[in-house]
Amino acid sequence: MTHPSVTASRPAVELHALEKSFGHVHAVRGIDVSIAAGQTVALLGPNGAGKSTTIDMVLGLTRPDRGGVSIFGVTPGEAIERGLVGVMLQTGSLIRDLSVRELLTMMASLYPAPLDVDEVLDLVGVRDVADRRTQKLSGGQAQRVRFAVALVSNPDLLVLDEPTVAMDVEGRRGFWATMRRLTGGGKTVVFATHYLEEADAYADRIVLMSKGKVVADGATTEIRAMVSVRTIRATLGGVDLEALRALPGVSGAERHGDAVSLLCTDSDVAIRALLERFPSAHHIEIAGAGIEAAFLQLTGDPATEAPDATAPEAQHASAMEVGR
Amino acid sequence: MNISTYTRYEILRTVRNTRFFLFSLVFPLVLFLLVAGPNRHAQLGGIPFPVYYMSGMAAWGTMAAVIAGGGRIAAERAVGWNRQLRLTPLAPRAYIGTKVLTGYVMALASIVLLYSAGTSIGVRLSVARWATMTALLLLGLVPFAAMGIALGHVLTVESMGPAMGGITSLLALLGGAWGPIADGGALHRVVQLLPSYWLVQAAKSAVNGGGWPARGWLIMAGWTIALTSLAVRAYRRDTERV
Repeated sequence: MTHPSVTASRPAVELHALEKSFGHVHAVRGIDVSIAAGQTVALLGPNGAGKSTTIDMVLGLTRPDRGGVSIFGVTPGEAIERGLVGVMLQTGSLIRDLSVRELLTMMASLYPAPLDVDEVLDLVGVRDVADRRTQKLSGGQAQRVRFAVALVSNPDLLVLDEPTVAMDVEGRRGFWATMRRLTGGGKTVVFATHYLEEADAYADRIVLMSKGKVVADGATTEIRAMVSVRTIRATLGGVDLEALRALPGVSGAERHGDAVSLLCTDSDVAIRALLERFPSAHHIEIAGAGIEAAFLQLTGDPATEAPDATAPEAQHASAMEVGR
Repeated sequence: MNISTYTRYEILRTVRNTRFFLFSLVFPLVLFLLVAGPNRHAQLGGIPFPVYYMSGMAAWGTMAAVIAGGGRIAAERAVGWNRQLRLTPLAPRAYIGTKVLTGYVMALASIVLLYSAGTSIGVRLSVARWATMTALLLLGLVPFAAMGIALGHVLTVESMGPAMGGITSLLALLGGAWGPIADGGALHRVVQLLPSYWLVQAAKSAVNGGGWPARGWLIMAGWTIALTSLAVRAYRRDTERV
């Protein structure tokens, strides 16, 4: 919008075969992602999935071992120099001895086409503390001001690394409400998060990462369908697990004694098929697998809390990954 | 991009940092009035006591100011602000340049304050000598500005205060800011190798005319080169992409 010559018709972000290791830790293992201008994309994954490393490479703070990054067709350094990128990093706090308004004015002065400082103060909801020194802000206020710093540059690409990680539920909601109002203007937004709900609610597209790889990438609705998993639990003796897995709507099955549990992509279809084929099934329960379980299933990352329960799901997920 | 706005706020931030005032403005001024006041008719180091002490205290204050200017980088590194700034169009050179400029602005404040105090207790110099002394002080601060930048990139925010206070005071003391160290002899020859010695000598060199002797220029040039390359290395090591 502000730089049509630069941003028109080029992908906002293009990651090509990106790889990065730190010593023995293979943090990012080959990522290919292209983000069209105007999209809001969530980089979703558990801690350690490689999201922050990927973002650091997008911003040129970390040099990839292999592969390349381009932002609006130029290198990250060039895009930053042209003032195309606004960033809210996960860590870090504000410098002291300036008021909120002064800090924003100072930062705005570094950019070719910044937003009006008062407009940003209103937008982010820190007008009431505009004249307060930054060292006297509460945690939530400081977080908002950090967001304001990213915004005031009026960037074409806004990169947010776990922007709401320190916020309570209400703060998080407020933050995303602001984002919504803002991104109506055609900005490209890339944010990292480990909250599935957050990605689901605010992104057009989800890039799901696990162990340094993209394990799923699609429209938010698609990803939601993939993760809307339910579990059917029943008591059913002497049944072959393979036969259960072969039922329509079932993606996985496991057994503990006579108790079987079926992981279902479509529990409506699965329960009908189950009762038809195995009428002796009883004590039937159908439950949502829970967003966390679904998430684990997709990322193939066995949860530390319940390694036994998720192991078969993890296997399933890696099968899915190969299938893509 | 408008660097002047950025610089203006950077200076504002420094002025608001009261700790800075203590070392580079208040302490030197108070000490000057307390010590030089009663000795206004004495001689020290071959020149009138108040003139010597004025340049001694100015050396101390300005040194503290420019070292603190670069040292502030440590505070910004500690809160991750340097990363934030690297994601703006602000060039690293401009960032460091602003830190040096801020240090110099504060050094000028220190100089003006001490000159006024000196004049108030009867220091009288020709315009040419005031000008020479000021020029030597400002030039002599270059290696200290580089030292500040180097320290700003290697120190943690906890060690910054004690380290900078300690280094500044030690250099001022050995340089003779509070009175010449061992006039003549081996120790004297050693302290003459310090950049702070020549900073303190700004007054004497101005009063005696001409400026620093060739040896002074040489030693200052050596320190400038050494400390600047140290600062460049510290900067590179700190901001290297991994």
